Amino acid sequence: MTALFIILVLVFILIAIWQMVKIFDLAQAGLPENDQVATEKDNTINAYLMMGFLAFIYIITIVCIVKWGDLPLLSNSASAHGPEVDNLMIISLVLIFVVQTITQFLLHYFAFKYKGQKGRKALFFADNNTLEAIWTIIPVITLAGLIIYGLFTWTSIMNVSEDDDPIVVELYAQQFNWKARYSGADNTLGKANVRLIDIDKANILGLDESDPNAQDDIITSELHLPVGKPVLFKMRSQDVLHSAYMPHFRAQMNCVPGMVTQFGFTPTITTAEMRQNPDMIDKVKHINEIRVENSKDLVAKGEDALDAYEFDYLLLCNKICGKSHYNMQMKIIVETQEEYDAWIKEQKIFKNSLVKN
Amino acid sequence: MSAHADTHVHDDDHGHHHEPTFITKYIFSTDHKMISKQYLITGVFMGIIGILMSIMFRMQIAWPEEPNVLFEALLGKWAPDGVMDADIYLALVTIHGTIMVFFVLTAGLSGTFSNLLIPLQIGARDMASGFLNMVSYWLFFVSCIIMIFSLFVEAGPAAAGWTIYPPLSALPMASSGSGMGMTLWLVSMAIFIASQLIGGLNYVVTVLNLRTKGMSMTRLPLTIWAFFVTAIIGLVSFPVLLSAALLLIMDRSFGTSFFLSDIFIQGEVLHYQGGSPVLFEHLFWFLGHPEVYIVILPAMGLVSEIMAANSRKPIFGYRAMIASILAIAFLSTIVWGHHMFVSGMNPFLGSVFTFTTLLIAIPSAVKAFNWITTIWKGNIQMNTAMLFSIGFVSTFITGGLTGIILGDSALDINVHDTYFVIAHFHLVMGISALYGMFAGVYHWYPKMFGRMMNKNLGYIHFWVTAVCAYGVFFPMHFIGMAGLPRRYYTNSNFPLFDDLADVNKVITIFAIVGGIFQIVFLYNFFISIFYGKKATANPWRSTTLEWTTPVEHIHGNWPGELPVVYRWAYDYSKPGHDVDFVPQNIPLKEGEEELQH
Repeated sequence: MTALFIILVLVFILIAIWQMVKIFDLAQAGLPENDQVATEKDNTINAYLMMGFLAFIYIITIVCIVKWGDLPLLSNSASAHGPEVDNLMIISLVLIFVVQTITQFLLHYFAFKYKGQKGRKALFFADNNTLEAIWTIIPVITLAGLIIYGLFTWTSIMNVSEDDDPIVVELYAQQFNWKARYSGADNTLGKANVRLIDIDKANILGLDESDPNAQDDIITSELHLPVGKPVLFKMRSQDVLHSAYMPHFRAQMNCVPGMVTQFGFTPTITTAEMRQNPDMIDKVKHINEIRVENSKDLVAKGEDALDAYEFDYLLLCNKICGKSHYNMQMKIIVETQEEYDAWIKEQKIFKNSLVKN
Repeated sequence: MSAHADTHVHDDDHGHHHEPTFITKYIFSTDHKMISKQYLITGVFMGIIGILMSIMFRMQIAWPEEPNVLFEALLGKWAPDGVMDADIYLALVTIHGTIMVFFVLTAGLSGTFSNLLIPLQIGARDMASGFLNMVSYWLFFVSCIIMIFSLFVEAGPAAAGWTIYPPLSALPMASSGSGMGMTLWLVSMAIFIASQLIGGLNYVVTVLNLRTKGMSMTRLPLTIWAFFVTAIIGLVSFPVLLSAALLLIMDRSFGTSFFLSDIFIQGEVLHYQGGSPVLFEHLFWFLGHPEVYIVILPAMGLVSEIMAANSRKPIFGYRAMIASILAIAFLSTIVWGHHMFVSGMNPFLGSVFTFTTLLIAIPSAVKAFNWITTIWKGNIQMNTAMLFSIGFVSTFITGGLTGIILGDSALDINVHDTYFVIAHFHLVMGISALYGMFAGVYHWYPKMFGRMMNKNLGYIHFWVTAVCAYGVFFPMHFIGMAGLPRRYYTNSNFPLFDDLADVNKVITIFAIVGGIFQIVFLYNFFISIFYGKKATANPWRSTTLEWTTPVEHIHGNWPGELPVVYRWAYDYSKPGHDVDFVPQNIPLKEGEEELQH
């Protein structure tokens, strides 16, 4: 209803403006032909509006940075490569804001300063090789720096070395669900193909039941990771494209049916530690205030109040995958090695999870 | 030029021409000016649909799952009790993207102005083939009808995103829109591509062969350079999308496995084996990325022309502008992989595409600085078209700059497919190209319809649109950096994003206001066709050839001989002349030198 109300108000404003313009036009009847071309008065008004618009751009930038610029997602990365990415991001953002501020100023200020006036003659200035060389070479140098920095970062992120002895975990995507598969004591994932899926036997990921490596594999619906240990994800999808997006770890890779993709990182902050981070405490508190506020409306309507929010790392689906794409998530828990060992010991291994006929 | 010999043939032909009937004049017309109007009006109509869709899904994002009268009225069974269904949400974003990118900003923009301006600005009587030109428009029209028709099929329109990645788009059991809706989408696009190819060939041939005497390539207005290069990019890349669409049709209907392999869905294993969705992504983006330049280059051409005319100054760095158009065109064909950094392709390829992608920033920067220098020390006439051109440069810079983040593979990992991307491409090619199109309409309206649009309505239209465009897309960068994925029907399942809900409301309110104020434009546009002030022959006191034709359209454009060109298109405020513009068909004065450009 709010939306409808806003629309109605706007429609009325519009009609009012329309009527005013009509009156304005009628008052101008009898003016010479070409009266729809900008006059000196139009030039002046619009020139001042240009400066106003420049101010608007600056204000909206400042408001956005102050209100939403310090989102924990930008500064609190929880993986070993995270700070590297964030550094590059911050350098790029600073560069962007500097260039943006200067060029927008020049554009709007020139539009203001050189507004059309009687008796003003434009400068016939068609070419200047020095100027053009300057603004070709400066971007070349800046971009060369960014490209080199970016490529080094990219290579170090994407080169997962098996020498680090990573834990190998499979992320398995299906409409609209995630599963994780741990490789077990042998640290080798058993062979799998969706053609081997046997729902009756609870072989839901299509593991090769005859493969010795598969016997000790562990399938879970929660992703637990020991802190400080490199992890290498092998990703599969059983139906359509999905994307495993783990924003806190600066990690993302598509899951593609018919092939295995991979991404690796080292988590550096446990879930418990992150919950104690002052920025995160603030954020969670803020979110809970919003949730309490929203709950009031819900309770008034006779529905249940919202649960309080507690921070958790998340794996989100970030490639459109169908109707419930918006609700395809899995909780990630980063914990100490001891907690992890204790958790994994409780999980059923594949051999024992099969339904025996 | 060969055009000269042609002239006489056409002149003779002109004398014997039959009086056009209503049908040959307004419907199956072969006259480029009429075809251009047909493209524009069709594009405007599709634009209304596209913008209305965006307002609907923005309302859903701001007030998720709340009943809305607008939904109830427009979505019917897809909004039981006025609550939008999740499938139709995805369909709306899909069709919004398709309509805006292809039907409005490709056909509506390039189709309109290439058709109007190529013959008029190069001094030709019409396109090289008027008949093919007519076929091109009518194929476009048919594709529009099919796309609109697809909105009404039982299971809903295509809902796999405008990029229609298989297997989602290939399997009706994966998405309800992937049945008849997707079939119609593919058929519509195949016809659309045919239309673009025929049109593009015509543009290239016309520019190369039909330039009037004296119109060398280095005297062409930048508009023509832009249309010419755009047509070439289209000819190179559209066939690849056509092949992708045909292969997808094969996979969907004839059991092949080009893009599909090892699929288990709804309890059964499908027979597909050996294909790869990544192959589709490569084929799609081999068009998809050049496509954004197909959209933006014509807008750049229009803006260059309008900025020079309204600054009363030559465009700065004419040759550099042409060189950067060519550089952008070349680079645009080797950067498609930056859409696929996290698709699972080899990371080494990611490095290559990062390199080529960031290179595009160089010609883009040159263009932006040249526009700014063009207005420096000008005598700027603030016509609506000029305002939109300045707005174009502003949004092009704002949107373009974030490209250095998205083009950088290491950074793209974390903002890929978030609202950051939405903000980036809407500003740099959506809003910018739309501004280019508005600028073109306001500027060439007197040439198209012989009447002027109302300038005060134009000012209102521009300033509200400019504020709303920033209000919508600027905050989106920040929710994107906070990790909010795009194409989520609602964010309410993620308490993590609860603090972004108010940003989304602000964005939606700006979107609604901006959308509603387009009515000002529509009113101005349609009413002025009939009641606008009669235009004079050259209202903006411009130098290019189209303003030497009579206000009333005639077949063949010029009543007598074709004009002869003696100078480049930008002799504004040239020292030694009394007036501040010297049209291209005015011979050089004794002792006057043509600028060495």
